[in-house]
Amino acid sequence: MTRKRRKKNVSRRKFLVRGGLGTLGVLALGTFVFRNPIRRSVFEMAETLVPPYDGTGTEANLWFEILKDNTIVLHSSKVEMGQGTFTGLAQIAADELDVDINQIKVVHANTDSGVVDGMSTGGSLSIASLWQPLREMAATMREMIKGMAAEKMGISIGDLTTKNGVVSGGGKTLTYAEVATNVTEWKVPDTPKLRDRSSYQFVGKPISRIDLAAKVYGDPIFGMDAEMPNMLHASVIRPQHVGATMKSADISVAEKMPGVVKIVKQDNWVGIIADSYTQALTAKRAIQVDWDIPKMWTEEGIREMLQVGKGDKMICQKEGSTLDTDDSNVVTLEFSSPIGAHAQIEPNGAVAHVKDGKATIIISTQVVQITQKQVAKALGLDMENVNIIPTYLGGGFGRRLNTSHAVQAAILSKEVGRPVKYFFSRKEEFQHDSFRPPTHHIMKGKLNENGLLASLEHHYASGDVAINSVLLPGAVNTILGTDIGAARGGNIMYRNIPNHRAIQWHTTLPFATSWWRSLGLLANTFAIESFMDEMAIKAGKDPVEFRLAQLNDDEMGKRIKAVITKAAEKSGFQEKPVNGRAMGFAACVDAGSPCAHVVEISIEEGEIKVHKVTCVLDCGIAVNPDQVKAQCEGSVIMGISAAMHEKMTLKDGQLYPTIFGPYEMALMRNAPKEIDVVLIEGADVPLPVGEPPLGPIGAAVANAVKRLTGKRLTDLPLSL
Amino acid sequence: MKISFNINGEPKSIDIEDENSPLLWVVRDMLDLKGTKFGCGKAACGACTLHVDGAAIRSCSYPIKMAAGKNITTIEGLGTRENPHPVQQAWTEHVVPQCGYCQPGFMMATAALLNKIPNPTDEDIDNNIVNVCRCATYYRMRKAIHRAAELTTVSKPQNQ
Repeated sequence: MTRKRRKKNVSRRKFLVRGGLGTLGVLALGTFVFRNPIRRSVFEMAETLVPPYDGTGTEANLWFEILKDNTIVLHSSKVEMGQGTFTGLAQIAADELDVDINQIKVVHANTDSGVVDGMSTGGSLSIASLWQPLREMAATMREMIKGMAAEKMGISIGDLTTKNGVVSGGGKTLTYAEVATNVTEWKVPDTPKLRDRSSYQFVGKPISRIDLAAKVYGDPIFGMDAEMPNMLHASVIRPQHVGATMKSADISVAEKMPGVVKIVKQDNWVGIIADSYTQALTAKRAIQVDWDIPKMWTEEGIREMLQVGKGDKMICQKEGSTLDTDDSNVVTLEFSSPIGAHAQIEPNGAVAHVKDGKATIIISTQVVQITQKQVAKALGLDMENVNIIPTYLGGGFGRRLNTSHAVQAAILSKEVGRPVKYFFSRKEEFQHDSFRPPTHHIMKGKLNENGLLASLEHHYASGDVAINSVLLPGAVNTILGTDIGAARGGNIMYRNIPNHRAIQWHTTLPFATSWWRSLGLLANTFAIESFMDEMAIKAGKDPVEFRLAQLNDDEMGKRIKAVITKAAEKSGFQEKPVNGRAMGFAACVDAGSPCAHVVEISIEEGEIKVHKVTCVLDCGIAVNPDQVKAQCEGSVIMGISAAMHEKMTLKDGQLYPTIFGPYEMALMRNAPKEIDVVLIEGADVPLPVGEPPLGPIGAAVANAVKRLTGKRLTDLPLSL
Repeated sequence: MKISFNINGEPKSIDIEDENSPLLWVVRDMLDLKGTKFGCGKAACGACTLHVDGAAIRSCSYPIKMAAGKNITTIEGLGTRENPHPVQQAWTEHVVPQCGYCQPGFMMATAALLNKIPNPTDEDIDNNIVNVCRCATYYRMRKAIHRAAELTTVSKPQNQ
């Protein structure tokens, strides 16, 4: 389960160096990298369920620029959606470059400045995947500058030192920018030896976020804030019923309304372009659409489709023998989770300008390069004529792994030859989300004579996560034969149980389901860890001891044991409720990072109240421990929201609800007042952070409820 | 029609066809103050919270005609990098924002709460701060609200 370390040296790549970048930069450093064979990606993914870093293509990737004022611009191939990646990347780069953190400016790489990371931003992988290549790139640049400084200063390179972006030696100093000025030919050294851990100035330190001020003073940094000169505004009509298609649209009234510039009818949508957003919105309401609604889908209809035993079956894990269904000692419990909405606060949208065979799109997206491909394809343009400019994201959570609405914005702009800004209404966000699929689980287990599990089986049904996603080539799913997204957290981590298996049943639902922060982990961990607690109770064992006894002693087994032991110890875990408060325990491992939670709850006025969560995460090196903790705190509360409050359903053939409030989410009053995050460093590289802590929360709360009330809750959202 | 008001201390007059247009779009698109965010358009999330005569208002559902003659404050007018509002100071100390999109709304709601209740209890915070943050930064936000109250009460007596 440990992530395979990739030690692809930068020196094997071909460098691109540009001197004298017009008036701005004095040096730009990039690399040519080569496409990983897709097959290798697939196998690495199969092993870890983690897509590897893959700077695709053969075009130059621009990494660094040195500006005249000695600012180093880092062009990030990963987008900043709140996870703190920009800050972490700046820390990593600063240590190898020997510059102060404040000298580094991180910007989103756009597709014109080089090909961006083709694998997108997601999977909690930004820091983990760039750890090695970014350090190598930064160290190489530092040595290039030192080499050039040696020439310019007439001092041997061995007598030079670098600090705070300045090269010193023999009583002389030059800033990096001064070294780079007027240089046209650079010597690129082999990848230098990387810094030793003990010499880090920034990595491992709780540096404040580099985007903090922009976010505290309301700077216009988001896609929604973008504008272009001479810009129009648009609104789009799309189907409200699941599976509906447009028969006809009467635009005769709307097209004469104030400010309306053009109304564009397409296959299954209508775009209204107007001078202002409110005018576009008003005209939209005046359009009559006749829809063909082939079926009125219901919640029951979806549940009927989505059951263990229905759809495509895939055995994901198989050890020992299968349980005998007639064995009366077998314990069986069913669990379920609902459809979940992303509900990120910044709606999806884009500003597009298509003119003279070129397209420019400003957009909040997690898939910069896929969006570029989609726009190029839809408009019949060459890729190099489509520039995608990513912005800060007002939340990602996986929703922006599908931003094909960039195509709609581009079509609208092309129709009027002017820039067009367009974004979803909140109702459209809720009805046209790519939802977390609902799930159904059957857990089966049998104890041996020592009160430990002889067998444990997880049978689960899920809608699409990775399957049918633009993010993964269809071949990936065909080769693996399973939905690797739905499988996250679905396998049994208790490898000492002699007979264990995980079996996935997959069904594509009539509405889009896809990546939602932590993917299958949330529901799978809820089922497995609830059942583990149930079996511990049945065996009359302490739930912590029960878990520890069934983990093995390989590298990952030891790391899981460490987080479990630490969580129990730090929280003072005890089985018996005290003064109306009960504790609940649960653990998981996700993408190489084990995590354990202990929650403390009570029942207040008939509702579950979470008072405290102790969260122990082993994410290897925490590049920025404060931001790792922030991710844990956010994951814990988002997990509470998903596990205790949120639920999409179908009503009159439509996805429902369509607004915050009715779509109940955790608010301030639902957030625990105490979250104690403990980080363990069980590996010498940074590992995923942003998703693993979402896993155990549902089961931890349900396990606490069981110990307080005797009642086993088996369906999310948890309800007494 | 012409509507006049003060925004961030400056008098402004705008010419608008539809007097029922939400204040949010006037602020964002006509006055180019992008710190006030659109989240839902139904006053359900609070991303568009700003102050009208010192009270927290969800501007996506507030007709511009009602702003006539009033004092509007947006996040851009709350404080600056050089002279931060205590709420912004506290938010910075506790490194509250993640994605940051909803944060101006929360900071405006908090500033209005502190005007009303200078030293809010946890219960006051629960009852009054009801915006939605999907990154779920509530844990740090609560700490930052208490800290902002502390900064406000420390600075107030000197000012009065």
